[in-house]
Amino acid sequence: MSVYQPTEGQHGEEKSGRNCVLQGIGLPLYYFSKAEKDSGCSSEKIEPQSTFLDRLLKEWDDRKVRGLFHHDVNAYETKILSGDYGFILQLIEGRDLKKRPTEFRIDRVLQPFDGKKFNFTKIAQAEMLFRFEESENDESGFFENTPIAASESPNVSPIGYGHVLLIPRILDCLPQRLDEQSLLLALYVAREAETPYFRVAYNSLGAFATINHLHFQVFYLVGVFPVEKAPTQRIMTLASGVEIFQLSHYPVRGLVFGGGSNLEDLSIAVSIACIFLQDNDIPYNVIISDAGKQIFLLLQCYAEKRTRGEVNQEFLEMQINPAAWELGGYMVVKRRKDYQETSEDTLWRFLDEEASVSAERFKEINDCILSTLSDKIVERNMKREDDHKC
Amino acid sequence: MVALTIPSIGRRAENTSPPSAAAEVMAGCSLRLIEQSLTARYSDWIAEALDEIQGCFLITDPGIAGHPIVFASHGFLAMSGYSREEVLGRNGRMFQGPATNRRSVLEIREAIREERTLQISLLNYRKDGTPHWILFHLFPVFGVDDGSVAHFVAVQVPIPRRSRSLSEARCGGARGRLFGACRNEVRSDCDLGCNLASDLFVDVDNRGLEAEESREASEQEKERASDAANSILSVLTQYSKLTGRVVSSKRCRVAGISPLSSSLILSLGRIKQSFVLTDPQLPDMPIVYASDEFLSLTGYSRQEILGHNYEFLNGPDTEVEVLHQIRQSIQAECACTVRLLNYRKEGSSFWNLLHVSPVRNASGKVAFYVNVQIDENAKSEGLGLSPHMRQLGVVGAVKVAVRSLSLCAGPSRPSS
Repeated sequence: MSVYQPTEGQHGEEKSGRNCVLQGIGLPLYYFSKAEKDSGCSSEKIEPQSTFLDRLLKEWDDRKVRGLFHHDVNAYETKILSGDYGFILQLIEGRDLKKRPTEFRIDRVLQPFDGKKFNFTKIAQAEMLFRFEESENDESGFFENTPIAASESPNVSPIGYGHVLLIPRILDCLPQRLDEQSLLLALYVAREAETPYFRVAYNSLGAFATINHLHFQVFYLVGVFPVEKAPTQRIMTLASGVEIFQLSHYPVRGLVFGGGSNLEDLSIAVSIACIFLQDNDIPYNVIISDAGKQIFLLLQCYAEKRTRGEVNQEFLEMQINPAAWELGGYMVVKRRKDYQETSEDTLWRFLDEEASVSAERFKEINDCILSTLSDKIVERNMKREDDHKC
Repeated sequence: MVALTIPSIGRRAENTSPPSAAAEVMAGCSLRLIEQSLTARYSDWIAEALDEIQGCFLITDPGIAGHPIVFASHGFLAMSGYSREEVLGRNGRMFQGPATNRRSVLEIREAIREERTLQISLLNYRKDGTPHWILFHLFPVFGVDDGSVAHFVAVQVPIPRRSRSLSEARCGGARGRLFGACRNEVRSDCDLGCNLASDLFVDVDNRGLEAEESREASEQEKERASDAANSILSVLTQYSKLTGRVVSSKRCRVAGISPLSSSLILSLGRIKQSFVLTDPQLPDMPIVYASDEFLSLTGYSRQEILGHNYEFLNGPDTEVEVLHQIRQSIQAECACTVRLLNYRKEGSSFWNLLHVSPVRNASGKVAFYVNVQIDENAKSEGLGLSPHMRQLGVVGAVKVAVRSLSLCAGPSRPSS
């Protein structure tokens, strides 16, 4: 996993002579076991005990002490707003966020990787935390100092405390486009932390992904995200046992995937839905929660609305870009006035009226997702049967 | 005389049952710890006293890693079909299953983390795999000496199926309508005790039960839960006086300081070096945590120093400039390393390599200062690490531990 601190300057900047600095350098490697975790005595951990998470947080802290971050990420004020959902608000004051130059068109969810634009192969070794790979046996643990040779190694980098990027297959230079294997990897990472407070998110292009190079965001926060409190209604159960729910009484329209007996089935179901969305230019955000047992798929149309000038001035001034964490109920504001005055009601309106797709639009999309899922899962089962017959 | 099937909780060893797979699991969670969890605080007679209480309940200890069950009542074992060995040392999640509502699980988890009372309907599973609805009433029991949670008590009252009209309102699907029988007439039999519960309320088709999204408890059930809770609390309080480690249902502030959460204390307890945490938000920046190694280094007991300012280590020959330097760093919210002369309780002095560092909580505020001491003359067990590296290691571990505190713990409170 690599530590990477994005700053305004780095976007669009050419780092000459630093192409592919990653080849041949040594990093610690964490190897994880695919086997389902035993949910016996140790399942209800109250504090981070997982070797993996412990090391991640320690490495993060080490980079901070070494001054690799451009601002003191520890000093941001954060609070929980009163109200039923407990929206979480963070203030990053004084950081003059110029609008990021749009490196890519916002109307296309799938765009080809462009090596000339900023991507993660251009980051320095010091910014990387460690690698994350599947082990050959059922054990898990750390190897120190292994080289990144293969393109299979994912990397992670930090943005805020316990807030890092997970970059699968960094050397393959894949664009921001979700597939079953990458999503499965993200689920393994979530599970490995062994705590419900370690979440992994994915933002598609058009839904505020910042860089068109395949990556996930990882965020450790001890607390409950508002979206996790929202009631749900079960709408479908797949043959694999994976259950699909619809969010109700929540300002963002979306689905929740859960259940099933293993991560692979869950990953298959969610990726079928996401691939459908990205093939049809529908922006979306994913939050993996509850140590990989629960996946939120949220739909928004904020970027489009903003381009068309349809967003209320009140919200434009708050400068909140609704990516996964924001849709989940964790918002970052830039002005102290917003930090002091924003209420649950304001954020609810922002999400409900500006960011989320409408209920009608959601119904349209949802019907397509469900029928695609039925078709694809039948296809897969038939293929499996054919394979058996051979 | 009924032979007790429990493995020597507060009893002598001759009652232990033969080893089994379950016992191995328990051994993994340290059988001794489980036993002592109750007897150390409530005396050897506590198990007997708790066995006198009617009702289904569990007692858990958040101070032991994994938050294990340390007591299970007769009624609970009868209701769930498990034996005591199968339950002790395990976490309460073992009774949850596929149809247990995830939101309820989340609420329980958060109530434990925030150390507060919760009453909620919950679908649990018996040993034979059959699900059943219970009213789950959870409450913390605080130690008066340090204000932290000594135990959690989970009272469980079965919620029987209601008459058709009420259950229809809850059930999503048609399956709920298959069971028309009104069970009201059997509810009075509840008073016979939980031992009968598993016979009376087994559903003909368990999947119907799982299709129910929720089941409300009646006032009668809520009252039963509160009554049981009060009886248990009363017994625990009474017996805690025998050991002097008194408990109460309310958290008390000790020496003016807020107690640290059990999870934080657990994490800090793993750091085997001399250090203290002080709280800059309170007047005079008192010590709120001291490691065992600090106590052995200085000769003081925990009670003597909690709530006091760190300066009691200073003495006549401690340089004033160094103290000033420390104060300045604290004001600037910076870390510093100094070397100063400190004094043990019995009067002898030692050169202390002291490192002081701010530790922020999740909301960004400085929640604590950590002071790490190294006695210059002590032989180094530091694995070849320099003293400074060892100190930074402690600071790192403390930071990780403090980061496990939620946003609503500590000085930052929800805005109103």
